[in-house]
Amino acid sequence: MTPPLRLDGVTRRYGEVTALDDIGFELESGSLTGLLGPNGAGKSTLVNLAAGLRRADAGTVRLFGGDPRDAVNRVALGMTPQQTGLPDTLRVGEVVRFVAGHFPDPVPAGELLDRFGLAGLERRQTGGLSGGQKRRLVLALAFAGRPRLVLLDEPTTGLDVEGRRALWDAVREFHAGGGTVLLTTHYLDEIESLAQRVVVLAGGRIRADGDVDTVRGTVRRSRVTLRAATLPELPGVEHTERDGDRWTLHTADADQLVRDLVGSGAPFADLGVAQASLEDAFLTLTGADR
Amino acid sequence: MTTIDTSRLAAAHARYLVLEQMRVPIAVLSTALFPALALVFFVLPFDWVDDPVQATTSVAQLALFGVLSGLLFTFGVGVADDREKPWDPYLRTLPAPPVARIVGRLAVGASFALLGLLPVVVIGALFTPATVAPERLLAAVAMLLVAGLPFLFGGLAIGYSLPTKAALPVTQLVFFPMAFGGGLLMPPEIFPDWLQVASGLLPSRGARDLLIWTLGGAAPMALAVVTFVVWTVALAGLAVWAYRRDEGRRFR
Repeated sequence: MTPPLRLDGVTRRYGEVTALDDIGFELESGSLTGLLGPNGAGKSTLVNLAAGLRRADAGTVRLFGGDPRDAVNRVALGMTPQQTGLPDTLRVGEVVRFVAGHFPDPVPAGELLDRFGLAGLERRQTGGLSGGQKRRLVLALAFAGRPRLVLLDEPTTGLDVEGRRALWDAVREFHAGGGTVLLTTHYLDEIESLAQRVVVLAGGRIRADGDVDTVRGTVRRSRVTLRAATLPELPGVEHTERDGDRWTLHTADADQLVRDLVGSGAPFADLGVAQASLEDAFLTLTGADR
Repeated sequence: MTTIDTSRLAAAHARYLVLEQMRVPIAVLSTALFPALALVFFVLPFDWVDDPVQATTSVAQLALFGVLSGLLFTFGVGVADDREKPWDPYLRTLPAPPVARIVGRLAVGASFALLGLLPVVVIGALFTPATVAPERLLAAVAMLLVAGLPFLFGGLAIGYSLPTKAALPVTQLVFFPMAFGGGLLMPPEIFPDWLQVASGLLPSRGARDLLIWTLGGAAPMALAVVTFVVWTVALAGLAVWAYRRDEGRRFR
């Protein structure tokens, strides 16, 4: 079966900057994938290539087996702009109907607005919506054409709590119905519960690719927290954060660290050991130092 | 295989652009009144328009002036401005072929440019001795659309290759010499020889001469017609090139 999205050896540069460096990447039909990376990692470039907005300098991008720059290959694609940039003077209903008019079997405007908590706002000019309402409208547009693949670039940015819930509900429902989702985010904990697969992108390259546990397991980092006035030099500590008498130690082997700590005889209290969050995995993978 | 109904999408894009324009009535009004105001200030106060032929020529020149400014600014500044809004790249991800969006844009641009003709023609008919036979008027309107082509393509080339901050001054810089040098504000008969030649090299002069000729005036200057055709083809090529290389706003 043709994958909804496939990239082979894709490189994209902007002048001197290489945004994507020889990327190979495939989305399985019906999968929910999170694309993580710091700012400037190349996430948006990847999304823009997939949506046909930009051309790859090298390699091929295939959307449902075709060139995403051909309109006909984008009929099953749902997309949302990264920032709110709605035409201020148009009414909500006009925008929805205009976008829906591009698709063979769109969701009726009323139903779509209802699903995103925008019922009753059809006659409102988009410039008169609150920030949260604008974000919700923009997200609703991604689902207007009953897509098979949805690309969500930083979808939770600027969303209120209610909007976030509406988004995750829509994503879950869409995914349950067999839809494929690729979403980029900074909120790692959010996709930890949602994504089946996590791809870490940094410096234009894929640094890790697997399920949440695998990506976390690749680095097997733990966080050991405790309170102490001073601490002796301990082996295996890669990174230390200190706030007064509160310490956070990052290590590959928490068990050994605790043994060494007890063995050192140093006084401490409130010992805690936690599995590294995706955030930590991500920092280690991208080699960022805090 | 999914098929795309391009003409239906072009109509949808045109409707969307009209809605957007109509929501800012002052913008529509200024496009419509600009050439009429030029007529009021540049033509009405002077007695040489007492002659019907002179008056008809002056009204025609200002009608072309309106079309020229309307097309250059709508496409030069309008397209550059749209490209910088995040909404525009979003629209490019919708399954509409580029031609649907372009045709929609051209239809709306041409309609608004023609809208600007109405006040000029009405004022010209009421307050000057300008006269024209109905069939010549129709031919002249058709010729105005042809005469507008180089400015339409030029506007698109500017809009698709420059950011708004550059597109606005460039359009303004192009606009004035085009209008004046092409003999749209002053009759070219009073130009000195060197300006005649310079004028003949501008697309606006050929456009003007062809229009006056359609209205029963003097035959066009040969040099001007040749350069008009060359400009139109070259600018069309430039517009296509600029559109093809455009990927929305470029970041460095």
